Amino acid sequence: MADDGGNHRAGGAMNTFLDFEKPIAELEGKIKELRHLSDDGGINIVDEVTRLQTKAERLLRATYSKLTPWQKTLVARHPDRPHTSDYIDALFESFTPLAGDRKYAEDQAILGGLARFRGYSVMVLGHEKGADTEARVRHNFGMARPEGYRKVVRLMDLAERFSLPVISFIDTAGAYPGVGAEERGQAEAIARSTQKCLDLRVPLISAVIGEGGSGGAIALATANHVMMLENAIYSVISPEGCASILWRDPKHAEDAAESLKVTAQDLLRLGVIDEVVDEPVGGAHRDPGAVVDAVGKAVEGALRRLAALSAGEVRAQRRTRFLEMGRGQIGI
Amino acid sequence: MSWLTNFVRPKIRSLVERPQIPENLWAKCPACEQMIFHRDLETTQNVCPHCDHHMRVQPEVRFANLFDDGVYHTIELPKVAVDPLKFRDSKRYSDRLRDAQSKTGRTDAVIVAHGKIGGTPVVTLALDFAFMGGSMGLAVGEAMVAAAELATYQQAPLVVFPSSGGARMQEGILSLMQMPRTTIAVDMVREAGLPYLAVLTDPTTGGVTASFAMLGDITLAEPGAVIGFAGPRVIESTIRETLPDGFQKAEYLRDHGMVDMVVHRHEIRDRLITILDLLLHTQPSAEIVDLATAGLDIPDEAEAAADPEPAEEPEEQPAEK
Repeated sequence: MADDGGNHRAGGAMNTFLDFEKPIAELEGKIKELRHLSDDGGINIVDEVTRLQTKAERLLRATYSKLTPWQKTLVARHPDRPHTSDYIDALFESFTPLAGDRKYAEDQAILGGLARFRGYSVMVLGHEKGADTEARVRHNFGMARPEGYRKVVRLMDLAERFSLPVISFIDTAGAYPGVGAEERGQAEAIARSTQKCLDLRVPLISAVIGEGGSGGAIALATANHVMMLENAIYSVISPEGCASILWRDPKHAEDAAESLKVTAQDLLRLGVIDEVVDEPVGGAHRDPGAVVDAVGKAVEGALRRLAALSAGEVRAQRRTRFLEMGRGQIGI
Repeated sequence: MSWLTNFVRPKIRSLVERPQIPENLWAKCPACEQMIFHRDLETTQNVCPHCDHHMRVQPEVRFANLFDDGVYHTIELPKVAVDPLKFRDSKRYSDRLRDAQSKTGRTDAVIVAHGKIGGTPVVTLALDFAFMGGSMGLAVGEAMVAAAELATYQQAPLVVFPSSGGARMQEGILSLMQMPRTTIAVDMVREAGLPYLAVLTDPTTGGVTASFAMLGDITLAEPGAVIGFAGPRVIESTIRETLPDGFQKAEYLRDHGMVDMVVHRHEIRDRLITILDLLLHTQPSAEIVDLATAGLDIPDEAEAAADPEPAEEPEEQPAEK
């Protein structure tokens, strides 16, 4: 798989700008320079800064109002985008992380544990990509091995025993493709995790906050209510992977992103997800606090609705949701 | 059950479609490179008579050798949305579909059949690799649900024969959604108390492996079949590890505890008959029970088991202490 695909990072020490944000980055660079000058006190400079700021904001709004699927893919993968741990820290109290699948190992690619959410005891779990190099390595870039999925099953079993709703955050490029992972039954682990999701007699609410990468995502996202962030993507295969198979050239990732229909808006139209959560202008990474709040509100709404259902009803609703998916008139 | 109304009345289809016969009447074994006469391949179900290499085989050939006297009935596949994403790469998906349909003579990569195996009614589903790599989209998912519903309706076990590269990319997220949907199908069969068996054939990879293929009560695999989640090239390019010998082969998976047994294609029918007999006929046959109990005046075994008679027990136990 291509390791660039257009995701060059401009901007150096300041914010990480994506390729298509270059004009914005240039404006913001200019503003910074002027601000530096304005310390010497020149009234004209202040005016100029304000003018440029307005221009930059307008440009940001315009750019983000018409992102292409490929641009959304880059935003969804933005290194500064809030990750599962950010949501857990901000939205949950008494988070008590739990570790290990009790079979082989602990997989830090998936975090999980008990917590309190708006008064409810819940089980919260999700893929964690990590915020810096050290964390990324520890969390294996959010790509789980079989142990991660088996931990999910274990935690869901526990949640069920105490009737705790489960909330999952989806943010993974996919399940880890390695020799050990294959030997220990990556496919089986994913299948069992999906099966456990379907079997749960407590509500399961999923939020795709960044990348929803294929089987590694669905294993945690076979939920009663699935929401996606405005610039998140959710796909059967990465655009790069699809391009190298169908176009025989990873450079066609942009075309593949277009064809695959990976955006939240497309998935809502296809009836695969239930809700799109708006992001702040310029993407979740420009105002993590706002997007975390919005997700909290949406999760709470879904939880209140689902909490009214009996154990049998909540399971039946989930099964019907997936069984009916793609039936009848469907299309883009 | 709308598919039941569309149910095509039993039509015997055995041996209708034989494997593609090479023009020169000879085929070359990809493993040992020996030439094989086409008639020999037919009688061996595409197993090389020289080296036992299992080549891919059409579902119809498999079924003809699987069901009693080669008699089985196929069901009409449920209708699904065609090309819901209007997908196009270098070629339109709708054109690719049409090509595959005319090449294979089927509407999609799946066939669902029912009949008797060793006298036991069984529902089977097989994927055809010749149809777009046996990939799983709406049609395969819906067929799996239909197969599960038929099995439940007939109170029959479900046996699946996947052969697939994975999800059908051209159906995007909807192909991914067939993973939970086929898992629901497996659960339906399990909840009905019926056996769900998987026979993994070459290749079983990607989303098919990570859903219904790996959820069998018992999992068989054909010798040499490639079975895995990620493709070997993806693994090599991502992690730059050299792959061990026999990696992702059926035997390798058996040695790592991922499948129960590797079974030669010619022995699959017999093995399934034995397994189904053991799972479905769990009590001694009526005659033997009659002989053993005749004249002995022992209360009916089932009754005794159902009623532990706690009333008399407490009286005896204190006396022993």
